[in-house]
Amino acid sequence: MAAYKGHRMNPDKFEKGQIKLYLFVVPLVLLTGLPIIYIFFHAFKPMEELFAFPPKFITTHPTLDNFRLLFKASRSAGIPLSKYVFNTLLITISVVVSSMALSSAAAYAMSKLKFKGREFSFKINQLAIMFVPVAVMIPRYLVVEKLGLTDTYLSQILPLIPLPVAVFLLKQFVDTVPDSLIEAAYMDGASEMRVFVKIIIPMIKPALATAFVLVFQQVWGALEASNYYINNEGLKSLAFYMNTLSNTSNGVAGQGIQAAASLILFIPNLIVFCVLQKNVMNTMAHSGIK
Amino acid sequence: MSKHKTRSKVARKSQVNKAGYVFLTPYMLLFAIFILAPVVMAVILSFTNFDTIQFPKFVGFMNYINLLTSDEVFMQYVLPNTVKYALIVGVGGYVLAFLLAWALANLTKWPRTIFALILYSPSMTSGVAMTVLWKIMFTGDQTGYINSWLMEIGIINEPIIWLTNTDYLLPIVIIIGLWSSMGVGFLSILAGLLNVDESLYEAAAIDGVKNRFQEMIYVTIPSMKPQMLFAAVMQIVNAFQNGSVSAMLAGNPTPGYSAQLIVNHIEDYGFIRYEMGYAAAVSVALLLIVQIFSKVSAKLFGEKE
Repeated sequence: MAAYKGHRMNPDKFEKGQIKLYLFVVPLVLLTGLPIIYIFFHAFKPMEELFAFPPKFITTHPTLDNFRLLFKASRSAGIPLSKYVFNTLLITISVVVSSMALSSAAAYAMSKLKFKGREFSFKINQLAIMFVPVAVMIPRYLVVEKLGLTDTYLSQILPLIPLPVAVFLLKQFVDTVPDSLIEAAYMDGASEMRVFVKIIIPMIKPALATAFVLVFQQVWGALEASNYYINNEGLKSLAFYMNTLSNTSNGVAGQGIQAAASLILFIPNLIVFCVLQKNVMNTMAHSGIK
Repeated sequence: MSKHKTRSKVARKSQVNKAGYVFLTPYMLLFAIFILAPVVMAVILSFTNFDTIQFPKFVGFMNYINLLTSDEVFMQYVLPNTVKYALIVGVGGYVLAFLLAWALANLTKWPRTIFALILYSPSMTSGVAMTVLWKIMFTGDQTGYINSWLMEIGIINEPIIWLTNTDYLLPIVIIIGLWSSMGVGFLSILAGLLNVDESLYEAAAIDGVKNRFQEMIYVTIPSMKPQMLFAAVMQIVNAFQNGSVSAMLAGNPTPGYSAQLIVNHIEDYGFIRYEMGYAAAVSVALLLIVQIFSKVSAKLFGEKE
């Protein structure tokens, strides 16, 4: 018979050979997805279904009771849920906007501008991809305290702005912008700022979208600041409130509320990722460390 | 004349461009304050005795010596747990991420996109949502889904109180770690696989590559080493970062230290006992472990110079 011809990734249509792959992938996909789907159903279960034995996977009479109880629980705690939502929105928007602006500017400098220390800044940023934030939670806490940021919104915003992975991915993408384009703009008398805004930003949109996804995920569920830097209950984040809820409201009745709370934390991430996933894959193609 | 002037300006830009500092400084400032400084401080504090109230007292290598010789909890529980966790979730999760990405790359576009989205979804359930989810799944009485399911198929006869059981807690934390390990690294590998130059496969087939396995070893992996390295680093960082889930599930310290990981040990000493100097030494140990894993990955996948 004919010799092995080599095969192609990304096939156009279904072939028999793919059945084996499905047999390997589908069980793992189910194992990964089912717990999340279970929580999804759980959040909409009425009380009698939460108590049902044996527990039901699928909700037969969906209700919004759990979400109502969630709002009520926060009202009786003195601080309305809307305050936590406001805090989280303020923090999230500030972090995401500043992080994308500063990171893309830094990526542009590291990739296209020639100055002393450029190599070094890129190297140290690449090294910092290995940074595990929880490892230095104590000195981080001391830094925040020394800067007098305790009990401010800034303590929840500033530490989350630098995300080395985002800068790394952006820089890899700026590398793909042809130099000739930038030089031509210089010839026309454009400033660096103009080049950055008019040429770089439009050409690195996929990487910006990816940075958005990564930063958003970090800040939307962030707990560290509320746990350690903030004493004033009124400044804490939604994620923090959801976390206290999951620690205090035990028992089956609490479960419905907790499931509702975790959905509120999960859904925005899911939407952001689904909308931007094409851009993320596009960026990841340039993600290699050389 | 004016044309000559612009040209010289462009030439200057290609040598020294002060604008570089303008663009770089805002990011680098925050980077230095919240990433670099804490790492440096961790190293400095690790040589001191510091209770957050009095000024740190220099004690030399005392903290490290204590860590290695007299911290029984660290030696008996934290270190073995962490090694087990890092090998299974870090290394095992990485191999699994590669195999899954490879299988997905050989499927057609739509199933691939949907499967990848589902596999990545745990990475979106950061911290709190993840804890709540697994607390509910592992509820300790018969209303817990996993208990009832295992009882139904007859593996167990009565419900297990999962999250306080010292036999099961670490395996649970490991399962959660694996569950959430298809993150950015996985996406990077998948993108890398889809972008391997197809002519390489044809050439390899002519050179005598006989099957898909050989193809994977001799063609695919060597041509996407940079992605493999990036993914390895992301994998190990994520694994350690997610390790804090054990304390969120079972409290810190975990029952009988059964699922105490190095991350929990840092929090225990830092924020519960306020022995910041000692906690800093543990932090440095953790940073070193991550560094070692990254070095090994760089050896495996780094471009030879």
